[in-house]
Amino acid sequence: MSVLEAIFFLFATVLVVSAFMVITARNPVHSVLFLVLSFFNGAALFILAGAEFLGFTLILVYVGAVMVLFLFVLMMLDINLQRMREGILNYLPLGAAIAFVLVVEMAMALSTGSGGAPVIGGDSALGGPEAGNTTLLGRVLYSVYLLPFEVAALVLLVALIAAIALTLRHRPETKYQVPGKQVQVRREDRVRMVDMPAEQRQPTTGEEKSAES
Amino acid sequence: MIPLSYYLVLGAILFSIGVMGIFLNRKNVITILMAIELILLAVNINFIAFSQHLNNLAGQVFVFFILTVAAAEAAVGLAILVLFFRNKRSIDVDDINSLNG
Repeated sequence: MSVLEAIFFLFATVLVVSAFMVITARNPVHSVLFLVLSFFNGAALFILAGAEFLGFTLILVYVGAVMVLFLFVLMMLDINLQRMREGILNYLPLGAAIAFVLVVEMAMALSTGSGGAPVIGGDSALGGPEAGNTTLLGRVLYSVYLLPFEVAALVLLVALIAAIALTLRHRPETKYQVPGKQVQVRREDRVRMVDMPAEQRQPTTGEEKSAES
Repeated sequence: MIPLSYYLVLGAILFSIGVMGIFLNRKNVITILMAIELILLAVNINFIAFSQHLNNLAGQVFVFFILTVAAAEAAVGLAILVLFFRNKRSIDVDDINSLNG
């Protein structure tokens, strides 16, 4: 077993264990944190396979943005944890059976493939020293895949507007500003000039204050 | 060097864990969304392994777009979840039956 394989097994083991903890953790906050751990290990595996840019994107976008969004929503909602744990044992046999069947199926499909196991992470042209992974990916992304790239930006914009439009609520009791009326206001609406004769200063202070107010 | 089948088996295990998570957490929509994220991570691992194996950047570009769409999906899904919790005071899957489907 080479050093790279040892590193792969280390990250893969932590990834599988933390992924299992995601779906079985009692507290949803813990499962979000385990998901963060599994994304870190997934990013390490990406980098191990030569996709540095996507590895760092996974950390920045997923751990930095999406997981924080999950945590934010989770802590904002007042969830009844006791009620949430009901019935997990009823679904456990079915879920485990389906997962087992899936793993066996995919392992069979993989094992009946080509005889010699193909090897990745070698001296491929993609990760060559003359141009890094990021350079190559950017070169392809802005030339061949330019239209899908722009459409992806549009998807993000639509999701942004949709998320805001869904969660925005208009309460009838909330007071809003009306900018049109604010702009159209005239001096006569706000300021009233009162003509008052000047008064002589009195030695008693009580009357003076009432007169000023 | 790491054989391709290692990555593929890891992807298969992760995918199965995600599917099991959807079955297990029927009371919590947030955990179901997290299981979907796990499944997407498994798919991304497969894409990157094949991209490196076939020496083709298209797989990595596809992973890039999957990340974009997954971020959009998480944002809209959580917005719908917040809206649902505001109306029903619960995030139980069994309570999502207003349409009587």
